[in-house]
Amino acid sequence: MDIPEKTRLELYRMMAEIRYCEKRAYDLFLQNLVKGTSHLALGQEAVAAGFGAAMNSDDYTFCTYRGHHHTLARGASMLSVLGELMGRQCGLMKGKGGSMHLTSARHGVLGSYAIVGAHLPIAAGAAWSAQYRKTKQVAVAFFGDGATNIGAFHEALNLAVVWQLPVIFVCENNGYMEYTPIGAVTAVEHPAADRACAYNLPRQLIDGNDADLVYETACAAFEKARSGNGPSLIECLTYRHSGHSRADPGKYRPKEEVEAWLNKDPLGMYRLRLLALGVAEATLAQIEADAMTTLNEATEQAKASPLPAIESAFRDVWADGGAAWRN
Amino acid sequence: MAQLSYRDAVAAGIAQEMERDERVVMLGEDCAAAGGVFKTTVGLVERFGTRRVKDTPISELAILGAAMGAAMTGLRPVAEIMFSDFLACCWDYVANQIAKARYMSDGQLSVPLVIRTANGAGSRFGAQHSQSVENWAMAVPGLKVVAPSNAADAKGLLAAAIRDPDPVIFFEHKSLLANKGEVPDGEHVEPLGRAKVLREGSDITLIALAAMVPRALKAAETLAAEHGLSATVIDVRTLVPLDTQTLLREALRTGRVFTVEENPRLCGWGAELSSILHEEAFGSLRQPVVRITTPHIPLPAADQLEDAVVPSVARIVAEVRRVVK
Repeated sequence: MDIPEKTRLELYRMMAEIRYCEKRAYDLFLQNLVKGTSHLALGQEAVAAGFGAAMNSDDYTFCTYRGHHHTLARGASMLSVLGELMGRQCGLMKGKGGSMHLTSARHGVLGSYAIVGAHLPIAAGAAWSAQYRKTKQVAVAFFGDGATNIGAFHEALNLAVVWQLPVIFVCENNGYMEYTPIGAVTAVEHPAADRACAYNLPRQLIDGNDADLVYETACAAFEKARSGNGPSLIECLTYRHSGHSRADPGKYRPKEEVEAWLNKDPLGMYRLRLLALGVAEATLAQIEADAMTTLNEATEQAKASPLPAIESAFRDVWADGGAAWRN
Repeated sequence: MAQLSYRDAVAAGIAQEMERDERVVMLGEDCAAAGGVFKTTVGLVERFGTRRVKDTPISELAILGAAMGAAMTGLRPVAEIMFSDFLACCWDYVANQIAKARYMSDGQLSVPLVIRTANGAGSRFGAQHSQSVENWAMAVPGLKVVAPSNAADAKGLLAAAIRDPDPVIFFEHKSLLANKGEVPDGEHVEPLGRAKVLREGSDITLIALAAMVPRALKAAETLAAEHGLSATVIDVRTLVPLDTQTLLREALRTGRVFTVEENPRLCGWGAELSSILHEEAFGSLRQPVVRITTPHIPLPAADQLEDAVVPSVARIVAEVRRVVK
């Protein structure tokens, strides 16, 4: 597959924006401006960018609680994401969801799900709806390696294959289910790919830090889904640069392992590749500078954004906008 | 008016809505080719085809997850969970996902679906296939909870549930399925959130739900015929939204209120109702609200044991007589 330079620069822009925004989210934690918990995707940017760039604007994204990167990759603004993390009026859900539930329906992000594996059947349902409505839309569920050991993963895969649904299941295998190495608690070496045969699906195991490879793999899966040929299960090998969540320094990981993966940093590797392909240093520097400018502006705007009105806590339980359970 | 069984009225309600709205689809275990294990969906797949009426594997997570994803993206799914006890297998979808999506997304997402499920005792199925779990559903913000007691309501309330823009759990009572009743001809929709006064009396008020409604009505007859007590009987019909205006009004007319609940004692729906009546109408009550419930035990299987623990006509009469001398 010959990836046009324009697409490659787009992939680089997405990864740079995600990287900077996630780092900023961490800084804002340290400043106590982001409360609750948060699960950063530092190091996993290529999966989000590769799939994000391959999607149509009306495709559906379903993320996990580690979902900032996928939400940004669909075009949600840094302001709306950081604003939600900070519990501000400018946030995607105006503070009612928080970091683990980022949702931007107008960008096709139909939610971030914090109960492990829950969104796989939901994505299958969105795909069923697309199939029923004959829209050619595709639903994509991103999930971690840990989700492959929960029942919903298996129920979703089975149903998606039986009904031949236009859904893509993307496992971001970062090696650890929370604090435990995935290999220590899983019957197979590759938690998603090695299970594909059980659902009559081809085994797909790729380097999730190679944005081009992710993009190419994604394009093929979208083509398959849109052609009515059913679901895909793709395991992307990657690594999170930080701990599981805000509370986790990630000390359980061997130093050599962390270093090896840092040397395979998706952003850094992709930069070198683009330079080798003849992209000018100045072009990349400009993308980086623009991303940083947008981020800085978003940060200041989010800090200045008002807090949500207390009344909003009592809105949108029901479709009528209210919360009344009695007359 | 046609005479329909409760189970046929369920199918008629679904058919009515599938006929008028292409977005309505149905999924569940054995609900298509087999017509449902309780025969509540007979004829639907023949009429609407396998594209709209879908058999699923025994995968409760996939059933409710798929229904949710479809509802969020423009369809109006009716999902069947065969026995309400099995809701425990997919409670994450009920309590964490379906009920909260609108709120957490600040109104960006909408989940208009119905979860139909067979609820309640009477079939001697034992503790994992006989429970009344309406109080589980009632405890979750974001769910509407409906439990019809007769054929007309089974059709009309189900039609309203399918049209409702919010998620609805619809409890079909297993022991009522064969009961026949008058169902209005033509389109029949019964609004959610309205209790129904089935019998007007002056001495006591019996407030019941689902299978307890016919028992409360029989108890009222016995109380009138044998004990000279005149009873109002109210069918709550929907627990959420709760028609407190009707319930308060009718409770105050007699000042003596009894709830008749099949759910186990602790945090049963009558506990909330009792709390409301005591908080808002204490001065008008002539006695504390009395709750007649299944005791706080798992349900036993044998005939005589199950009959002994679920509120019966005799027990309702005895409880009323114990309190009202």
